Amino acid sequence: MTLVKTKLGRRAFIKNSSLASGGLVLGFSWLASCKDTVAEKAMASTLEMPKEWFEINGFLKIGENGVVTIMSPNPEIGQNVKTAMPMIVAEELDVDWKNVIVEQAPLNTDVFTRQLAGGSQSIRAGWEGLRMAGATARKMLKDAAAKAWNVPVDEITTEGGMLHHKSSGKSAGYGEMASAAAKVDMPNETPDNIEVPEEIELKEPKDFKIIGTDRMNVDGAKIVTGKPLFGIDTQREGMLIAMIVHPPAFGMKYKSMDASSAKSMAGIKDIFPVVVYPEDAEKQWSDGGGIAELVAIVGNSTWECMQAKKALKVEWEQVSRLESSKYHDEALTELLNKAPDEPARKDGDVDKAFKNAAKVVESVYTAPYLAHNTMEPMNFFAHVTPEKAELLGPIQTPEFLEKTLVSVLGMPAEKIDVMMTRMGGGFGRRLYGPFGVEAAVISQKIGAPIKLVYTREDDMTQGTYRPSYKVRYKAGLDDKGNLIAWHVRGVGTNDDLVFENRFPAGAVDNYLAEKHSLETNITTGAWRAPRSNFIAGAEQAFMDEVAEAAGKDPIEFRLELFDRAIKNPVGDPEKNDYEPERYAGVLKLVKEKANWNSDANKGKSRGVSAYFCHNSYVAQVMDLTMEGDTPNIDKVWCAVDCGIVINPLSARNQVEGGIVDGVGHATYSALTFEDGKPDQSNFDKYRLIRNMEAPMEIETFFVDNEIDPTGLGEPSLPPISGALANAMYKATGRRYYNQPFISDKPPLVG
Amino acid sequence: MAAYTLNINGKTQEVDVDPSTPLLWVLRDHLKLVGTKYGCGIAQCGACTVHLDDTAIRSCVTPVSSVGNQEVTTIEGLSENGDHPVQKAWLEEDVPQCGYCQAGQIMSAAALLKKNPAPSDAEIESAMNGNICRCGTYLRIRKAVKSASGTSS
Repeated sequence: MTLVKTKLGRRAFIKNSSLASGGLVLGFSWLASCKDTVAEKAMASTLEMPKEWFEINGFLKIGENGVVTIMSPNPEIGQNVKTAMPMIVAEELDVDWKNVIVEQAPLNTDVFTRQLAGGSQSIRAGWEGLRMAGATARKMLKDAAAKAWNVPVDEITTEGGMLHHKSSGKSAGYGEMASAAAKVDMPNETPDNIEVPEEIELKEPKDFKIIGTDRMNVDGAKIVTGKPLFGIDTQREGMLIAMIVHPPAFGMKYKSMDASSAKSMAGIKDIFPVVVYPEDAEKQWSDGGGIAELVAIVGNSTWECMQAKKALKVEWEQVSRLESSKYHDEALTELLNKAPDEPARKDGDVDKAFKNAAKVVESVYTAPYLAHNTMEPMNFFAHVTPEKAELLGPIQTPEFLEKTLVSVLGMPAEKIDVMMTRMGGGFGRRLYGPFGVEAAVISQKIGAPIKLVYTREDDMTQGTYRPSYKVRYKAGLDDKGNLIAWHVRGVGTNDDLVFENRFPAGAVDNYLAEKHSLETNITTGAWRAPRSNFIAGAEQAFMDEVAEAAGKDPIEFRLELFDRAIKNPVGDPEKNDYEPERYAGVLKLVKEKANWNSDANKGKSRGVSAYFCHNSYVAQVMDLTMEGDTPNIDKVWCAVDCGIVINPLSARNQVEGGIVDGVGHATYSALTFEDGKPDQSNFDKYRLIRNMEAPMEIETFFVDNEIDPTGLGEPSLPPISGALANAMYKATGRRYYNQPFISDKPPLVG
Repeated sequence: MAAYTLNINGKTQEVDVDPSTPLLWVLRDHLKLVGTKYGCGIAQCGACTVHLDDTAIRSCVTPVSSVGNQEVTTIEGLSENGDHPVQKAWLEEDVPQCGYCQAGQIMSAAALLKKNPAPSDAEIESAMNGNICRCGTYLRIRKAVKSASGTSS
């Protein structure tokens, strides 16, 4: 039995007739098995909407007929929390999933904590609160039943949305009991004898009925039928379209414009320069590289705005250095050759160890800038009047957007409503929401509801990019092939790349981690699995080189190091932010599943990689064949330890997606600059992985344990570029040091 | 501006727009059929895929003036009850992550199967190669097309 302190408000069983709509609503679990005709299933399981709803807490409300609405508090970017978070509530509430309706919660910091999509943390950080919300409601329903039936509460059991008292044979549905409880007292008052419990019992993982089972995406039916779900789909009465023109290069700002002819074009309402962030604006971290002043175009339709945008003549002026990729490359190399003042971590004496080493291996790995390229370009709906600001759109950080709006609009938070739509991808791009602020300011200025839409070019050329990186690794081996020294020095643009307390820290006697950052005016930020997205692959490719120099099998070589970290860790083991047992666990699992030592993969080239990030452990084996410069990936085996898996069906989807994403960007993608301007502005020049280039097969294995869930949206991406580089080495006999691998050609000979 | 009479999802629709307006924006802005998505505007990503008669086309580069009396089918009109074999297969395989590109993917798949009811794996990959999925659901997309084709073993 797990007892936890409840942290919920004391409101309970609030009858809320205004929420009742009657009628029918389509449940989403009607497709649980759609091998039969979908239409039949739909007819059979349409849910009857309740006449009355009873709000038990901010997470859920129960209809008198037993239908339950569960709010999904966090933004949905494709990581499928909109299905997983309500599953956790439903589990502890003990209801039948087919009677559940899911709604996206609005931003409400009174009820929900951390309404943010980032760091693979929605489930990890939401876990206890979600369980508590369900368990508390269940307990209160039991209390209500105990009172109604005049029996001890601990004799009451629940199952699938029903309350039972065995000895008296009494039973009631949750809806029936909620309805009865609410009638005890005045509407909108908590019945005086049904209190929010101070302590609550949570289920044991072995008793889970919903958690750990495959559940389809709650928005699946809407997605495949093209229903409006995304911010860009927003339509409102009287709504105008807005577009922006931003500086053409980083290092430039707005000077002046000639809008005379563009303003007179068909469908154009107005074109004006707009100050998005006044000098005294209290910006949040989520404002990222938000541009202080840009040009707004407002018109009747998107196409008309696009035409005016082309006709518009804007002058810009240079305010800081106009950087090119050649500059970044040279400046990063210079920095890479310089020791920082202080090491990030130092164990033993690497210099001495390298002198005594039988073999020393050294390599440099590099990666370019990347754009996020969510398929849904940035957009936001805003309707700002003197009384109220209504904001609706795709944002990973709604709470921070609201904070900035308080400052920029000069309105109190109570007058600002921020609502979240389903997002056409996030990957970190929508952690930074200047587009939401821009929409609000444009609406305020023009005095009308507007939907701001970026073109693909706007989005790609004014991004908050994945930084470009370089890292040098140096390893020393003794004459028995034992790793005795490890030196890593990493640099990046506005980022310092190295996680000094991650593996192999703690597993090598002489260890030195150094890092520093190159300041640039090109905006960078979190991009799916920040820093890990590059350094994992670099480290795991280097590990392969070192294992080869040691004459050892690459998995055995890693396992020896984990063994060292388990039995006799170097330095303070508390400092190491990984558990070597779990790390070794996923490697052993993938070794077994891929039949590592067999020759079953004859004719194919094989690579391995493992990494820890977002509190989860991933190990991967990849088989491929090369076709010219292009890897044809036959299969990836992936072992994951992320604690309890909420929804395996969708968890596998996340793992597969992370692998495809990681392979794609490491192999094909790059953003380069010339005089502050990105060379790529659309998918004709910026290459993203396509269907034919994705692995033929991915098989995922989750470690079965009862550890509280950890991150899953990001962890499968970082290591895969290591497995890929290692498998490509097997195929071609040369190492791949520079991403994207497709253009990492061997030096010309002769 | 010019008036156009379009046949969309079996219905006649009148619009008065500039002849250069891409079909995509006529659908999204003028007819409020927002299931068809904007992704790139230059026929590179496939998010805007619709059918002109039975052929999959990129509506972002198809001027409304070129449509004439061809039948336009969008994701909203692919089936009446969301039960086109491709839509069913997409649900069965639980394909979507963010879901944004999936209408375009489904339209490409439906057009493929109409022309080639039993495509090979290579034909599926090739037909679906013009549709980018940034979330990387390509493996499930292939499985869903295969399953909808009825040739799944």
